[in-house]
Amino acid sequence: MNKFYALLLGVILLLVGCGEEKEVLNFYNWGDYIDEDVIDQFEKETGIKVNMDNFETNEDMYIKLSKGGSNYDLATPSDYMIEKMIKEGMLEEIDTNQFKNYSKIDPFFKNLEYDPENKYSVPYLWGTVGIVYNTKEVDDVVDSWDILWKEKYKNNIFMLNSQRDTIGVALKKLGYSMNSRNVNELEEAKEALITQKPLVAAYIGDEMKDAMVAEEAAIAVTWSGEGFVMNHENPNINYIIPKEGSNIWFDSFVILKDAKNKENAMKFIDFLLRPEISAKNVEYIGYSTPVPEALDYVDEEIKNNRIVNPNLDELPELEVFKDPQDIIKEYERIWLEITSAE
Amino acid sequence: MRKNTFARAYLIWLMIFVAIPLLLIAFYAFTVTETGQVSFSFDNFRRFLNPIYLKVLVRSIELALKSTILCLLLGYPLAYIIARESENRKRIMLLLIVIPMWMNFLLRTYAWSTLLGKNGLINIILGKFGLGPYQLLYTDGAVLLGMVYNFLPFMVLPIYSVLTKMSPRLFEAASDLGATKLETFKRVTFPMSIPGILSGVSMVFIPAMSTFVISNILGGNKYNLIGNVIEQQFRWTGDWHFGSSMSIILMVFILITMAFTNKFGGDMSERGGLF
Amino acid sequence: MRFLKKLYVNAILLFLYAPIFILMIFSFNASKSRGTWGGFSLKWYEELFKSGDIMQALYYTIIVAILSTIISTALGTFAAIGISEKRGIWKKVLLNLNYLPVVNPDIVTAVSLMALYSMMRLKLGFITILLSHIVFSTPYVVLSVLPKLKSLDPNLAEAALDLGATPFYALRKVIIPEIMPGIITGALLSFTLSIDDFVISFFNTGNGVTNLSIEIFAMARRGVKPTINALSTLMFLTMMVLLIIIYKRDEGGKKLENE
Repeated sequence: MNKFYALLLGVILLLVGCGEEKEVLNFYNWGDYIDEDVIDQFEKETGIKVNMDNFETNEDMYIKLSKGGSNYDLATPSDYMIEKMIKEGMLEEIDTNQFKNYSKIDPFFKNLEYDPENKYSVPYLWGTVGIVYNTKEVDDVVDSWDILWKEKYKNNIFMLNSQRDTIGVALKKLGYSMNSRNVNELEEAKEALITQKPLVAAYIGDEMKDAMVAEEAAIAVTWSGEGFVMNHENPNINYIIPKEGSNIWFDSFVILKDAKNKENAMKFIDFLLRPEISAKNVEYIGYSTPVPEALDYVDEEIKNNRIVNPNLDELPELEVFKDPQDIIKEYERIWLEITSAE
Repeated sequence: MRKNTFARAYLIWLMIFVAIPLLLIAFYAFTVTETGQVSFSFDNFRRFLNPIYLKVLVRSIELALKSTILCLLLGYPLAYIIARESENRKRIMLLLIVIPMWMNFLLRTYAWSTLLGKNGLINIILGKFGLGPYQLLYTDGAVLLGMVYNFLPFMVLPIYSVLTKMSPRLFEAASDLGATKLETFKRVTFPMSIPGILSGVSMVFIPAMSTFVISNILGGNKYNLIGNVIEQQFRWTGDWHFGSSMSIILMVFILITMAFTNKFGGDMSERGGLF
Repeated sequence: MRFLKKLYVNAILLFLYAPIFILMIFSFNASKSRGTWGGFSLKWYEELFKSGDIMQALYYTIIVAILSTIISTALGTFAAIGISEKRGIWKKVLLNLNYLPVVNPDIVTAVSLMALYSMMRLKLGFITILLSHIVFSTPYVVLSVLPKLKSLDPNLAEAALDLGATPFYALRKVIIPEIMPGIITGALLSFTLSIDDFVISFFNTGNGVTNLSIEIFAMARRGVKPTINALSTLMFLTMMVLLIIIYKRDEGGKKLENE
């Protein structure tokens, strides 16, 4: 009888021991923004289980994190949102000396405006905003935002359904800063967009890829990664950044304040900075990496592709979005007036 | 009695999960935050009285109205036909109508995009007959089509559920008394189905008022609807005060509309019953 | 006339299923595009089965849909019965409060519930998403059952009671069967709403609990992968198979009856 109880106790202890807290990482990321194989590899290597949830926009992420009762450790917001989160004390400081691979990041991606001392973020992916056009239908030279206002492309133009990007394009066309807080400049941008509206087939989001590939329009505004995929699926489509300049954006890792698994978050970031890992990720996602060495591991086609791997020295003037704060209401009003115009 | 308990229990549920959240929204609607200070204000409501917002509201009402009417015109005959089928076929047909709704809404709407594009399937087929290509996508028609597509089952189901248990003896009696099929429909079937119609109308008109994803994808996002504007306040601009006040305005508008509709429908159904 | 009826129903069915077929066809697309055919391939199905995330989302979508449908149908049916017996001011209060989740845009329900849970110090997760689904589904059940109750012959219940039935028995054996179409309609609506919900779910879940709509909308910035088409195709085929099974069983039952 005693032997039986001893065995039972042993089994119970074993089960209790197995029920111990596994190492986890609670990761909040954009949808479809990491190669799942990369996560699998990380999990196998470190034994840390990655629980990933997805968000659609920076603003959604912000709401969930600030009001939500959520418990994420790591997230990948964009530049202007990071600026806002730093201001509001939502982020933990990151000691970059603890990373093995931090030096692999190109200096171009350090000391950026939104995190000048690299205390709170580590770059993950970046991209630009530009113009895609179908070379079969467009015989003009495409090098300026002006082409989006040409009568001959009436009903053959797609604009982004993102308020900020679209207003930014108009501002750039007029020679102003994309972060302009000058009400007069914003009004001019609004007028320009209202003038343009009859020429626009639609203001669309992710369906733009499929639509352009299916040749539903001749010209569109889109992001570099989208341009890359479009070009890959339909070689008639080319992506350029206009000479007036455009937007460059960065999605970076941040560790959230009071994160319970800070160490695991650090390990994950370091893992993603490994050139082979970054390469694998970039091949899957189609956006650009901040780790130049990763290009040694990617497909020749991608390595030489100037859309997703542009020469950093040859880019026109690119601006990073800043936290709009109260100006966001102006954007909203402007967008409303544009969409109310006939 | 037992039924009073049901009502009481539901009241408590509603208090917690509907009334209190509503009060929270009302709190946002009637306050403004200036430099961190929260204070009572009507500003959020005043802001709405701008012609630009009113225009948006009117446009939304138009779209919702058109969608509802189309759903009713298309849905009633369908509900009628299904209700007169045999028991087995009824069940199957109902499920057939509903199952497409279990496929993700965004995907279905995207699929319409593919069908309606300049180089989409419909234009390809029309092309074989030498027609087109027509601009089908990014038009008001496309939006209406998308709306009807999305809301039709919500009109059919309630009407069906009222029509289905109509005793065949009712129709026998009516024809014995010399009524033609049309008269039977006008004087018996239709009035009796009015509660179902009203349910169907609410289940289409109300969500149609605040739907905007269809207008975004199939309409090219060229016009804002009240649903966009409200959602943007919460999810983008961050102005929960204004968003809440607009929701309350929308809610009051809808409640008043539904009150009228129900009264009107109630009268009609009563009149029908008298003959 | 019969021909016209058939034509009408088939036209509607074609209308309802055209996009579904497009969805299914593109699940076999070799390219990532959802609009341009690039050749036949099963790769999205392969990727689907490898994708733990999507499978998990599917699991939660179904569990929440089934649970919330059962609970909201029960809650809604009894609520409707209770409301139908009421008169005067309380009836108006109940009806209007019931209407509110139907009347409010999703975002308002989403945000107000999020605020409520925050007030109640509830952590966002399975319970909150389930509760939220019950909150927005129940009114539809009530709205489906009420017209049936209204059309109910009031003498029926009385007759049952006169014949010696207890109120509960009368409820179970007389009233409920009479209003069953309304209950079924309500359940169908409830399930349909739950399966497709995005905004309310997104803002009221957490802790790894997600659903298909959230995953799909989250892909909006990057483009929804055809993997989702593959999943939808499989779900659709499953439902069709179930439908055929139900049909065959009923037909078989009928045959037996007639023999």
